Amino acid sequence: MFGLPRKLAVDSAELQRRFYALAREHHPDFHQAAPAEERARIEATSALVNAAYRTLRDPIARVEYLVRLEEGRETKEGDIDKPKAPPALLQEMFEIQEALAEARSEAAKGALDETTRATLAEQRESLRARLKDEETRLAGPLSARWDSAAPAERPAILAAFKEALATRAYLRTVIADLTETLGGDTEELGRAIEGRHGSAEAPRTRGGMGGHIGAPHQ
Amino acid sequence: MSSRIIGIDLGTTNSLVAYVDEATGLPRVIPDADGRPLLPSVVAFTPDGIVVGEPARRQLARRPADTVYSVKRLMGRGFEDVKDEARYLPFRILAGEGLVRLAVGGREVTPPEVSAVVLKALKERAERHFGESVEKAVVTVPAYFNDAQRQATKDAGRIAGLDVVRIVNEPTAASLAYGLHRLSEGVVAVYDLGGGTFDVSILRVKDGVFEVLATNGDTHLGGDDFDRVLALWLLEDIAARHHTELDRDCVDLARDPEAMQELRLAAEAAKIRLSSEERTTLTLPFAGFTYRREMTRADLERLVEPLVGRTLGPCRRALADAGLSAADIDEVVLVGGSTRVPLVRRRVQELFGKTPHSQLNPDEVVAVQAHILAGGITNMLLLDVTPLSLGIESLGGIVNVLIPRNTTIPTSAREMFTTSADGQTLVDLHVLQGERELAKDCRSLGRFELRIDPMPAGMPKIEVTFLIDANGILQVQAKEQRSDKAASIEVKPTYGLNEAEVGRMIEDSFTYAEADVETRMLIEARNEADTVLVHAGRALKQGAHLVDVAERAAIETAVAALRAARSGDDRDRIHEATTAVNRATEHLAEVLMDAALKGALGSRRATEILGER
Repeated sequence: MFGLPRKLAVDSAELQRRFYALAREHHPDFHQAAPAEERARIEATSALVNAAYRTLRDPIARVEYLVRLEEGRETKEGDIDKPKAPPALLQEMFEIQEALAEARSEAAKGALDETTRATLAEQRESLRARLKDEETRLAGPLSARWDSAAPAERPAILAAFKEALATRAYLRTVIADLTETLGGDTEELGRAIEGRHGSAEAPRTRGGMGGHIGAPHQ
Repeated sequence: MSSRIIGIDLGTTNSLVAYVDEATGLPRVIPDADGRPLLPSVVAFTPDGIVVGEPARRQLARRPADTVYSVKRLMGRGFEDVKDEARYLPFRILAGEGLVRLAVGGREVTPPEVSAVVLKALKERAERHFGESVEKAVVTVPAYFNDAQRQATKDAGRIAGLDVVRIVNEPTAASLAYGLHRLSEGVVAVYDLGGGTFDVSILRVKDGVFEVLATNGDTHLGGDDFDRVLALWLLEDIAARHHTELDRDCVDLARDPEAMQELRLAAEAAKIRLSSEERTTLTLPFAGFTYRREMTRADLERLVEPLVGRTLGPCRRALADAGLSAADIDEVVLVGGSTRVPLVRRRVQELFGKTPHSQLNPDEVVAVQAHILAGGITNMLLLDVTPLSLGIESLGGIVNVLIPRNTTIPTSAREMFTTSADGQTLVDLHVLQGERELAKDCRSLGRFELRIDPMPAGMPKIEVTFLIDANGILQVQAKEQRSDKAASIEVKPTYGLNEAEVGRMIEDSFTYAEADVETRMLIEARNEADTVLVHAGRALKQGAHLVDVAERAAIETAVAALRAARSGDDRDRIHEATTAVNRATEHLAEVLMDAALKGALGSRRATEILGER
């Protein structure tokens, strides 16, 4: 669509320039006089251009899209081959969640005591640092490896991508939970919630998996 | 049919209509017959008919229960959303489900109908100006308006007989108007604090494209709130200083809508004066006593500080969403009347570390976007975003986000859902907007019911598609993929009007319309007469002892003559009688003002002396 090579390394200035040109060409504002059917088509194209830019400008979203593309999946849903995080990480996250659940029930009785608070806050900081490292690795060296890899090497890198993405999803979910329990300011919470929303493939820790609509009102 | 598109700024306090002059290429606001550019967004429902604009604003204090102001704050909202502030509004808001309903002038109206009266007056201005019918308009709304608030604005247009071809976000339009003058490239922050709403948008301007990176705000924060805290403070002060008189006369000002409206208007005037001056004196005549006090800018700032503080969080969130820090912002642009308050400017400057650019003319703001849509400008493009995340309620009351906030629009998203019970034939899709994780904490936009064939739980494949158009308005489709028949969806907007209601309101608006100019002018003359009568009556009560018998008699005669004229239908006679009363009371008014000033000086000296001790 943007006439750029299919690579994970993207020239962001060039991408932006091409996006603006395409957006201008397909924006509904410049097709006011067109018949309704044509306008609907323009609107759909415009939405597609916007979505493509949104995906391509973010290095992590690029990787996510590539994984879907390679697996032949059209949407975020219906992933046959569920991404798995390393077992060590799962174990660790499980422990944090347990400590969190304890802290929560404690908090429900009264205020969270300062020592627990400090420990949780510290944990959150270290998780944030790891999240950042994971994202840097994903967007940097891993992405570069894919671009220069021979076809035979690609499945291995793809698996590495999936593991990194799953790790990232777990980290984000746990960070969001920590923030919620710590009752940070609304700004912090906004970011935490965004973390939740942003990770559509993140395993939900509570409330079951998304994708089920409630029973009808009788 | 005319292809002309006008630009309308439908504000909380004032509204206007503008267009771009083809000859000069400059935006022009269309004034009313008397040359006034702004139309106060005030609508009065009187026994004689509907009055809008300046004449309605003038009778705010006299007919508080039937005069609607700041209706923009009620657009697309439910009773639950506004019940807290409804306590401070002098007109009645009916409790109930769904969108807000007002009981004014012996009838029930919705906020879109009230806004439609304002839009219609602006439409008529434009038609008079161009000498032809005008059917299309661009209307600006706060960027942080949700879907229901946008829909309500579109409905208001339809009721007024206007096709709202585009809803433009106010800060985005402002940045465009700003960019017209300085075609620089860079990142701009637009801070827009109006009468009732607050918005902040971060934009990147490059190659003639205005790309909104993030937007945030509060649709319930503005100059109205400044006025309210100030009025409540005055109320307390009056109660403290004049409790003797109040107790003696058994007066409870808080329960007197007229007095409260007077207080609000006095507060607003004081706020405006304190934006350019360091101190001001308030003089408020009440039956039995006159309240006076000196106020300083510091007093005002202490009162509004928390409100100004509330705008800073959204600014930081917008920066975070745009992935930028304050240092990345090249320019800060201020829009909206409330940014004239010096404290607001100071706080914005501190936050962004830059001197903000002053006010833009609001007329330019809407006119330019209308011009683009009419095909007048082709080298500029606005890429706006949806301000709030949109999703569907799923099992456990959790929101499943389909479109995250700050996504460039138009946009679409598709997701698959399934059922959780065996043999389910009815799927309830609950569309939500907001940033919270639980459905109950988000805004309900509407419910959709989808009929499907009975299948075991988890079998149906329901494809839900969200599409947000360039106006930021959402369309939802749902389709069960396994069954052959295409399912239809019925939309039940939670805080909106349905098609039938809008249709009825369009018809009603014709019935209510004062097509006859003569009738409308008669109503205005009567209103003017009423205002003068109230003032004359009050002046007589307070200052009868200050003038001699002959003067008092002359005033009483003039008042009686005006009362007689007012009950008739002769507009000119009412006008003449009104002028006569004004003339007869001129001297009395002066004497009263003198007395009030002397009193003010006296009380100040007293406080100064007390302060020294």
